[in-house]
Amino acid sequence: MKKISGNKLLVKALKEEGVDILFGYPGACTIDISDELYKQDYTKVILPRQEVALVHEADAYARSTGKVGVCLVTSGPGATNLVTGLATAYYDSVPLVCFTGQVARHLIGNDAFQEVDIVGITRSITKYGVTVRNRDDLGRIVKEAFYIARSGRPGPVLIDLPKDVMGELGNAEYPAEVNIRGYKPNTQVHIGQLKKAIKMLGKAKRPLFLAGGGVNIARANEEFTKLVEKTNVPVVTTVMGRGAIATNHPLYVGNLGMHGAYACNMAVGECDLLFSIGTRFNDRITGKLHSFAPHAQIVHIDIDTAAISKNVQVDVPVVADAREAVIRMLEYVTECDTKKWLDEIGEWKCKHPMQMRKKPIMTPQDVIDTINRVFDEAVVVTDVGQHQMFTAQFIELNAKKRLLMSGGLGTMGYGLPGAIGAKIGNPDVPVISISGDGGMQMNIQELATAVLEELPIISCIFNNNNLGMVRQWQKLFYGKRYSMTCLRSGAACRGRCGEVECPAYTPDFVRLAESYGAKGLRVSKTEEIEPAFREAMKSVKTPYIIEFEIDPEDLVYPMIQPGGTLEDMILDC
Amino acid sequence: MNGNSMKKRWISLYVENQVGVLSKISGLFSGKSYNLDSLTVGTTEDPTISRMTIATVSDDETFEQIKKQLNRLVEVIKVIDFTDVFVRMKEILYVKVRKCTPEDKVEIFQIAETFKAKVIDYGKDSLLLEFVQTATKNDAVIKLMKEEFKSIEVVRGGSVGIESISMMER
Repeated sequence: MKKISGNKLLVKALKEEGVDILFGYPGACTIDISDELYKQDYTKVILPRQEVALVHEADAYARSTGKVGVCLVTSGPGATNLVTGLATAYYDSVPLVCFTGQVARHLIGNDAFQEVDIVGITRSITKYGVTVRNRDDLGRIVKEAFYIARSGRPGPVLIDLPKDVMGELGNAEYPAEVNIRGYKPNTQVHIGQLKKAIKMLGKAKRPLFLAGGGVNIARANEEFTKLVEKTNVPVVTTVMGRGAIATNHPLYVGNLGMHGAYACNMAVGECDLLFSIGTRFNDRITGKLHSFAPHAQIVHIDIDTAAISKNVQVDVPVVADAREAVIRMLEYVTECDTKKWLDEIGEWKCKHPMQMRKKPIMTPQDVIDTINRVFDEAVVVTDVGQHQMFTAQFIELNAKKRLLMSGGLGTMGYGLPGAIGAKIGNPDVPVISISGDGGMQMNIQELATAVLEELPIISCIFNNNNLGMVRQWQKLFYGKRYSMTCLRSGAACRGRCGEVECPAYTPDFVRLAESYGAKGLRVSKTEEIEPAFREAMKSVKTPYIIEFEIDPEDLVYPMIQPGGTLEDMILDC
Repeated sequence: MNGNSMKKRWISLYVENQVGVLSKISGLFSGKSYNLDSLTVGTTEDPTISRMTIATVSDDETFEQIKKQLNRLVEVIKVIDFTDVFVRMKEILYVKVRKCTPEDKVEIFQIAETFKAKVIDYGKDSLLLEFVQTATKNDAVIKLMKEEFKSIEVVRGGSVGIESISMMER
């Protein structure tokens, strides 16, 4: 029987799994794998500038294509740099397979150079993690990893590859089948439970659909829209669920939660049936638990049994894939009489519509409205902070416009690498990232990757000179003591703007873009927004940075205080 | 969280006998702030499978979550809830008593007889006892012996449990 090295088998496995893109950064323990990748041309390798960003790129590639994102990094620091990205992917259920180099088996445990117990470090933020200790197990483990990552509730899987195992000759076969006795993800919908839920839907006077990220992950958008139209039941979404139904759909109310629309939070407060699909009732959604949906019975469809009744006690649980469940529901549901209820929601919408106060100077909403108007098709990727919430509030989504963000973990620095990953996966779709000036600087080195890969992404920076979301809390709840949030003056800033001379903002993003070989534009007036996008969207190979000068006093409203209730909603100051 | 339903509960777990699995299980408890009262583990008749007996003090909702979270781990093959199930459950306990007077020794033999313990080692002024009984009874023995004697040393194994043979099978 023909024998090949572990390195060769790994590269063969990548091909059999259809991995045409791999995000990799080399090192001593993976140099042999790099060498094998050099000798083939099926899997294209992307070389980012930092492993931290590398995982985000694979993550956004996976989110935007539905394929598994694949990473290859070396042992030690290469591996530990994955930690934040793995947690990001874990909380947002993103399928990743990450290969980490490891020192040879006889060195493990010796505190060898660039040795860390990465499987141990990442145990609580991966769906599965394993060190390959025998060459004969390699094929099976890789096969299982891809299966585990993409099936059930998707998530990141880490495979640690000791250098000597990979060098050893062994079985050349890559298995065709997987059989893991402890892992049998649900595929069937429990029809009895579902019928019970549908019966409740039929009886409800004020039913409300709550769609979470699970609807988007399951790519159930089309079916879900049909379900909504057939039942005539209004929809609210979580931030991750936005886009589950087109945002301009008449039955779509908006996002709920901490920065959700007034009408949505009122609707959740008043509904008598909350029919939720693919959400884990995160604290940013529910606020204080005992006052969440106080009058409602709750139906919860989720693929993860453990997500059900974890935070909110559920009346009817249904363990199922969102798409499968919705398809089955379509067979049974009928139209609900929701006219009065919809009128009521309509009144709330009119009372406090979701919009920023109009100002003579440019607001974040002006920028996002322009994106909505200028682009017919787009993948929009955000970073984390105020700009993310503005985007979640105002961005229009539909079948051709999608939104990616780090919703669960809230990872700053996701925006730029996210746009790179999304563009690599969707070369024909315009990709726009929106970051704050804080998040942008967390992975700014990736401009080099974007330039070298000739990715015409449009990277927007909402520059308000501050870490705006924390500053917002300081303004509202900490007596305007702006500790550690001014990026212009640094931690020395005591909010004496005007009294003392502030240094110029560093870096100059436009010149920075140029030094990387990208294009930089600075926009400070409303009328400059559209021309800037029009110019950037013409680019074929060159990434664009557009810096928008934003007023730090533009805050995200409405806002429910952390741990607060509906009554604590701050609508505007 | 409902404080009223706080009580000790038992789970039996079949897991893959692999490196890191124990760490994964115990890490789940610490990471999610679940109480882990006792955990024992050993291989089964199939050397690739280990079986754990776990005790946790928790309320109803948390206990449901614990079972679900365990079930979701790839390495966990089966979770058995011992609540409302007839189980046989015992724990081994060794108690070494030092600095014994001759009177102490007499008393220790009486204790051993009462609790059906074995005296398994004997020294000039020390004795070693072995108890195989429920964890609750072992708690009582430790309390008693701590009060009665000057110097004791204790080690206990944690409970192992198995379902009784059901009426149907008898």
